[in-house]
Amino acid sequence: MSLTPDIVSERREVGLIRAIGLIFKKDILIEWRSKSRLTGMSCYAITLLMLFAFAVGPDPVMLQKHASAYVWMSVVTVSTLLLSQSFQNELESDALEGLLLVPVPPAAIYYGKALSNFVWILLLEIISLPFAVLLFQLDLTSEPLMFTAVFLLGAGGVAAPGTLYAGLTGRLAAQQLMLPVLLFPLLIPTVLSAVKATNLIITHDPFDQISAWFAVMCAFNAIYWTLCGVMFSKVVDE
Amino acid sequence: MEQLAIEAGDLSRRYGSRWSLARLNLEVKIGERFLIVGGNGSGKTTLLRLLSTALPRSGGSLSIFGVDPKENRHEVRSSLALLSHQSSIWEDLSGRENLEILGRLVGVDIDVGALLGKVKLEERPDPVRTYSAGMRKRLAFARLLIQRPRLALVDEPYGQLDPEGFDLVDSLIDELIDAGCTVVMASHLVERAAQKCDRALLLESGQERWLGASKDVPKAWRALHRGES
Amino acid sequence: MTDIPKKRSLKRATFLLISGILLILGAHAWGLTAPLNEVQMGITGRILYVHVPTAWVALLVFCIAFGAAIRVLWAGSKRADYIEEASLEVGVVLTIMLLVQGSIWGRATWETWWTWDPRLTSSAVMAISFAGILVLRGMLHDPDKRRTISAVSTIIAFMNVPVVYFSVKLLPSIHQLQSTPNTVDSEMHWPLRTAAFGFLFLSLGLIGLRARVAELRAIRTEEEPDLPPVPETLQVEV
Repeated sequence: MSLTPDIVSERREVGLIRAIGLIFKKDILIEWRSKSRLTGMSCYAITLLMLFAFAVGPDPVMLQKHASAYVWMSVVTVSTLLLSQSFQNELESDALEGLLLVPVPPAAIYYGKALSNFVWILLLEIISLPFAVLLFQLDLTSEPLMFTAVFLLGAGGVAAPGTLYAGLTGRLAAQQLMLPVLLFPLLIPTVLSAVKATNLIITHDPFDQISAWFAVMCAFNAIYWTLCGVMFSKVVDE
Repeated sequence: MEQLAIEAGDLSRRYGSRWSLARLNLEVKIGERFLIVGGNGSGKTTLLRLLSTALPRSGGSLSIFGVDPKENRHEVRSSLALLSHQSSIWEDLSGRENLEILGRLVGVDIDVGALLGKVKLEERPDPVRTYSAGMRKRLAFARLLIQRPRLALVDEPYGQLDPEGFDLVDSLIDELIDAGCTVVMASHLVERAAQKCDRALLLESGQERWLGASKDVPKAWRALHRGES
Repeated sequence: MTDIPKKRSLKRATFLLISGILLILGAHAWGLTAPLNEVQMGITGRILYVHVPTAWVALLVFCIAFGAAIRVLWAGSKRADYIEEASLEVGVVLTIMLLVQGSIWGRATWETWWTWDPRLTSSAVMAISFAGILVLRGMLHDPDKRRTISAVSTIIAFMNVPVVYFSVKLLPSIHQLQSTPNTVDSEMHWPLRTAAFGFLFLSLGLIGLRARVAELRAIRTEEEPDLPPVPETLQVEV
């Protein structure tokens, strides 16, 4: 008494970690399939960098001083598009409901999507970095490890609350508006500390202040990666 | 006492101040083929979505294989599958990728080629976005089979299909029943679906108007419309 | 519908409102006419009677909103949702008042309308985040979704306030932070306390009335209508 046994095997229990991995891989695959969207977003980020530069004027000293702010502002701005897209993929044909009925635990959906968003935000940073180095004449070779850490923590700090809020606003007609309105106030600590830390790396940290900003970013990541997972389950689980 | 696949008492659901389903009492036995008919907006889809736990109920009681979804939704969800209007697919992936990913999430190994052959879906690498409505319906049936449901809830299985597709749906439903699955379907094609089922429920404005042997449902359907005209 | 307790709670809210206004008026009559011993701040220091209570009560009101949001999520309480809506609104108004008062005082004392003082900055962030939630509430039409989504955003926005405060505190301050005198002149003590209670009563009264408005609105649009009568079974000849 078994349905199409030669085609579909018996069901086995799927663990949480495995489910997270599967959702993560699926999201990476979907975004990878729509590479042109990613290219467009990179162009957007680079255009923003140039706009910031033009807005300030061709003053190399000034530009160098504010370079970290421009980089992070363009990354944060463009990442809202990335975040809302990650839920549009899920809502377009009710795939999210299908996942919940499988049933895939909401926590697996959240962490899978948040991790994939983390990867894409990181990629966005990596793509805009050489342009920033070029446009603002930066020297980042002195502290490669520190620099990587700032980028990782910054991407994590945007991805964790960003994924939750993209999910919250996913079905709204005004999502493109409401996502930044709700998300950006939350991102102040991340943006502030990422900008400051990047700036300190560029200026070779004369007063050794960077550890305080690292502490803020670590705390922020710890809080939001935990809290948002719980909250996401509450939202889809009604 | 014999266990029932579905047991609903005074099951109700409202949207705002409107009841889209009210006071529905329903018992479906294991292995039964149960048909829900009714006009547009009569509550067929709402009922199926309530049974699938996609929607929470506003009132009444419900148990699926003796389990209340409010008590243990995970268990209830593991035992059923819903084929809905929206096909729960990722538009940017191909049909094969959709099925493979779903299979891993469900926890089954699948022979995707054979499964696609079973639902008579030609394999192609394009994203599902490019599929026709009929192809999507076939893909949705493949999804249903992957979930190995004990209770299959199918909303408009014949919708958007060609006559050949009708026969395919019939044979898939037979196969589900042979495997011990319980099938609840909602359909506009009253005559066709009535042949396929054991019992039928006629809904109007979210309420039961008639319940009986499925072969008599076309008469009930006509009686309802005579009453209106 | 049980009408009598509702009327009583309305009466209580109105009573709180009126006594709050009277207390505030009394405290000001008292505080503004008292002899001025506060040398450091001069006449502008008298804004204290309205500024300090506004700050205290604004925080308290957001604590009420936070508590209500927790109750919404973990107890599924509808009443808590009305209270949450009411206290968010009152809280946002209080915070805007706080910012305006702070600006006026800042202009008089520091010759500037705005400084990046951690308290000032985090108050502004608080006002924006909670105002965003009120906007979001207006866009969500499904009452169940509105309840959970606004509760989740309220909890996160509330927890974000201290994070923003501490991260801004790390910034090297542009202005010399004004040192708050640990001991307010004893002449000011009692008027200040009276005013604080006045603001508290006024806000609680407003929350009570506003929550009732939310409830009435919900009754009109969402309250469970009576189930329709069971229709006749169709007669079919078999």
